[in-house]
Amino acid sequence: MRAFDYVRAGDTGEALRQGAGEETRFIAGGTNLLDLMKLEVMAPGKLVDITRLDLGRIGETDEGGLRIGALVTNSDLAADARVRRDWPVLSRALLAGASGQLRNKATTGGNLLQRTRCYYFYDRGEPCNKREPGSGCAAQGGMNRILAILGTSDHCIATHPSDMAVAMQALGARVEIEGQDGAREVELSEFYRLPGDTPHIETVLAPGELITAVILPPPAGGRQVYRKVRDRSSYAFALVSVAAVVTVEEGRIARAQLAFGGLGPMPWRDARVEQALIGETPTKALFDRAADILLADAKGHGGNDFKIPLARRTLAAVLTQATEAAA
Amino acid sequence: MTLETTRHLKHDTPDRDRRLDGMAQGVIGTDMDRPEGALKVSGQATYAAEAHPESMAHGYLVRAATIGRITGSNADAVRAMPGVLHVLEDERMIRNAAQGMAGESPVQKQGRSWYVGQPVACVVAESFEQARHAAQAMMVTIEPDGTHVFDAEAEGAEIETPEKKQVSQGDLDGAMASAAFSVDHDYRTPSMSSAAMEPHASIAQWEDGAVTLRGSYQLLRFNKNELADVLGVSPDKVRILSPYVGGGFGSKLGLAPEAVAAALAAKVLERPVQVVMHRRQVFETVTRRSETKQRIRLACDADGKLTGIGHENLVSQLPEETFSEPVAQGTHFQYAAPNRVVGHHIARIRRPAAGSVRAPGEAVGVTAFEIAVDELAKKAGIDPLEFRLRNVPTEDPETGKPFSSSTMEATLREGARRFGWTHTAPRQRREGEWWIGTGMAGAVRVNMMIEARARVVLTGAGVRVETDMTDIGTGSYAILTQVAAEMLGHAPAQVQTILGDTDLPPASGSGGSFGAASTSTAVYLACMELRERLAAKIGVKEGELTLKDGYAIHANRQTPLSEIMGEEEWRALGHLKPGRAGQDVRQATWGAIFAEVAVNDTTGETRVRRMDGTYACGRVLNLKTARSQCHGGMIWGIGLALTEALEHDPRDGHMVNRDLAEYHVPVNLDVPQLGVHFLEERDDWANPLQAKGIGELAICGSGAAVVNAIENACGVRVRTLPATLDQVMEGLIARG
Ligand SMILES: Cc1cc2nc3c(=O)[nH]c(=O)nc-3n(C[C@H](O)[C@H](O)[C@H](O)COP(=O)(O)OP(=O)(O)OC[C@H]3O[C@@H](n4cnc5c(N)ncnc54)[C@H](O)[C@@H]3O)c2cc1C
Ligand code: SF4
Repeated sequence: MRAFDYVRAGDTGEALRQGAGEETRFIAGGTNLLDLMKLEVMAPGKLVDITRLDLGRIGETDEGGLRIGALVTNSDLAADARVRRDWPVLSRALLAGASGQLRNKATTGGNLLQRTRCYYFYDRGEPCNKREPGSGCAAQGGMNRILAILGTSDHCIATHPSDMAVAMQALGARVEIEGQDGAREVELSEFYRLPGDTPHIETVLAPGELITAVILPPPAGGRQVYRKVRDRSSYAFALVSVAAVVTVEEGRIARAQLAFGGLGPMPWRDARVEQALIGETPTKALFDRAADILLADAKGHGGNDFKIPLARRTLAAVLTQATEAAA
Repeated sequence: MTLETTRHLKHDTPDRDRRLDGMAQGVIGTDMDRPEGALKVSGQATYAAEAHPESMAHGYLVRAATIGRITGSNADAVRAMPGVLHVLEDERMIRNAAQGMAGESPVQKQGRSWYVGQPVACVVAESFEQARHAAQAMMVTIEPDGTHVFDAEAEGAEIETPEKKQVSQGDLDGAMASAAFSVDHDYRTPSMSSAAMEPHASIAQWEDGAVTLRGSYQLLRFNKNELADVLGVSPDKVRILSPYVGGGFGSKLGLAPEAVAAALAAKVLERPVQVVMHRRQVFETVTRRSETKQRIRLACDADGKLTGIGHENLVSQLPEETFSEPVAQGTHFQYAAPNRVVGHHIARIRRPAAGSVRAPGEAVGVTAFEIAVDELAKKAGIDPLEFRLRNVPTEDPETGKPFSSSTMEATLREGARRFGWTHTAPRQRREGEWWIGTGMAGAVRVNMMIEARARVVLTGAGVRVETDMTDIGTGSYAILTQVAAEMLGHAPAQVQTILGDTDLPPASGSGGSFGAASTSTAVYLACMELRERLAAKIGVKEGELTLKDGYAIHANRQTPLSEIMGEEEWRALGHLKPGRAGQDVRQATWGAIFAEVAVNDTTGETRVRRMDGTYACGRVLNLKTARSQCHGGMIWGIGLALTEALEHDPRDGHMVNRDLAEYHVPVNLDVPQLGVHFLEERDDWANPLQAKGIGELAICGSGAAVVNAIENACGVRVRTLPATLDQVMEGLIARG
């Protein structure tokens, strides 16, 4: 670990001032950042501790949604009675992630910004465009079991590993951001960037900008499912996960919001898939068609080819569950 | 007055006295708690990296990122970094951990990097953080030294076929051709890590030309010689302390690179140096379990009687290592068949070194073999339990030697009864998305005894046991305490057991499931010596002496030992040497394992719902620690069957998933309630305690029960472990 300066910010203004410098990072739960710093995959010269900021609350918005402070822990968010009642897909996704100990430390903002689990990203002995732009991508031609099949580029095939963000993507969340120049809100669907030829740039967050909250729109109702498929029963990242918010009215799908983990460089949402479902009677054939659309451009890299059929089958099972229960 | 006498035993013949059964204290075999348990759970047991001497410096190993000749480094720049005290580039550094019982240095660095991940330097600094940062900044220049092969099955892999390890009896090809039923498949098990909880750590300190190393090791008397050989000093200049070891599973059998680096650096700096390996370094530099490719051929007649057995294996290893995974170790005697072939082939490739990992040989060999047996039983239309019962050997089928005890049938029958075994065709039970099925397997593991010494000291106040034996979490403190307490008639609280110090009499160490039985026998012998001396002093025959709760009881008289002993301190050394008893008969432990699994029809995920093991391993010395060993073994079986695999990069052989986030050992949720049952057994050939090894048996075969249950649940047969969901899903898709 490179030696670094450490400051603890008392409020958002101070955090933004302190966070403005070069090579500076905010630290929240530290569950991802510290691991990466120990391996010197990330080597900031200065850490701004934001854990004393007043961003640890969950409040209701005027429109009937929720405003989740960036420092709300994954454990607290999963246990919140409102979340469990009205946005259960989020609670389930959170509880499917990491371990109890990690969820106690991990924060909402940190979870959105956690880095990929690509084996080669963690290994400074290996070329990786995300870690060291221009060095190459060892995952292609190497081990890529856990990596992406959608939205990749020749430069990077990493996934975004979060469960929480997948549920938030399905729910249509927005991210509240504050910078030196003021505050703004970004749709979560606009928050992440595809790797293209700059896989090291992962979000639209500018250096020094702080996530202050995530906003959930009013409850969507319907049937909510989070299904995570992984290599052991717990404490493993998703190979494929599906978050679904589905309403069936009079035998037809009235609303379908779907997001996928483990498939792409961001929590993946594809409006065309949802369009294909809405207004239709739920059938196996329909679910297959939805999978065809979702996976039309899917590209395996050898070790992760299985994700294509796995995503198809998991999607069908989730849609079956969501529509049966609601019918 | 102190007098030390020695009792030797060269174990040539069975001991039918069963003296332990006649003792009065009543602690042997009970589920006594570990005496050191409270220290461990309250954080007071000092593990290797926890006893920091004053002025200790910290070392951190530097890893080779490529293979070849080392031609230079930026050591000068690194030396200038904050806090750096020394950059160790000593040619004596070792390339990987020593093999178990090597007793001499493993291959040393000597200017080369043999595999990606080899430690090639060590940076020592005032603080751990400084050392780690400087080590990460260190760049070692390595000139490629040719092209290498990284996969045992790849073209160009150099294959050795040691003549002594091939067996051919009868005519297997003929048996296959004329069989009523046969199977002939390749099975594969992955490269694996022991993944012990405590990473390897050593603290070295020199004084007057002698080094003391606090480390985390399993076989201290061998480790001492290994370190002496590496350093070029005589063994009496080396002392190793390992009072507590946070799991070993074979990874701490041999001296590892951190110990050597600490000792070399401490010498240069003339101050204590600690080197703790990062989890990622542990994966790479201590020995892993080799991946295996096993061609198994089985032939049987119409009644399901085996007529032919073939088990031909390919394993991998780095050049110049002596060990190779003895895959067919159990095959030699588990089943009878007149026509037999065992083949053993070693591919010399550039993956990190392989070595003994818990139950080397049987863990993977019995597992694959028991899958093949299941396949054959199915083909023959015979219940797999019944199939095994029809093939119980009556003697070692290869050598004709008798078994010391033959409990295969008993474990199978009792295991089946406990589990409620009934067998159906595949795909009969469905719960929602899940297919439910059951599977079973036999378990077998060779039994070994190793030379061991232990001292027992008797005073009026109590008993002290002293030996360099280790407790790697297995329960050595508990069972050695129990043996001494039972033999000398003391409450366990009056017995103090001191372990893990090479200044004490050299024991067997912990490995190969031989530790408990071997070192307990040494303790037993010392206790017998003391009993004789007590008897002589009182004037009775030893056999007529009852010792209980600190009293000597004879001829209706009860005398406190404190009275008999007065101020005297009696010392006795027990010395066990294995003899013909281990060669004249085939000694093994046996078991039967049953599992119920659920397989998801959509995703191919498997969940083990129930698992039950019945084992026969001689006298159980402590029921609790024995059961723990079997729980652990069964969980390892789940890992082998479902989750664990070290992935090597196809381009340079390096371990890709070398951390505990991506090397998937089973987590709690993967493990159902486990049933463990021991058959009451006394194996007189094993030793005077009639006890045998337990630590490894439960891993041998339990994975097969799971894999066989998957087939029974959903009809998909997996032959390449682990049975990850993608493999099962593809099988489900292929079935339609
Ligand atoms: C072994 C292991 C298993 C795991 N398994 C899972 C899993 O199954 N599913 C899953 O979803 N996750 C999993 N995780 C990841 C875990 O969820 C994340 O590490 C955690 O959510 C990160 O939150 P944090 O608060 O600790 O972030 P930190 O480590 O503190 O920060 C992460 C990044 O976010 C930045 N940051 C933090 N807060 C803000 C803010 N408010 N504004 C701007 N930048 C900010 C930091 O600068 C840093 O770059 C696992 C982690 C581990 C170690
Ligand atoms: S996939 Fe991305 S993160 Fe992984 S090695 Fe390639 S560039 Fe790096």
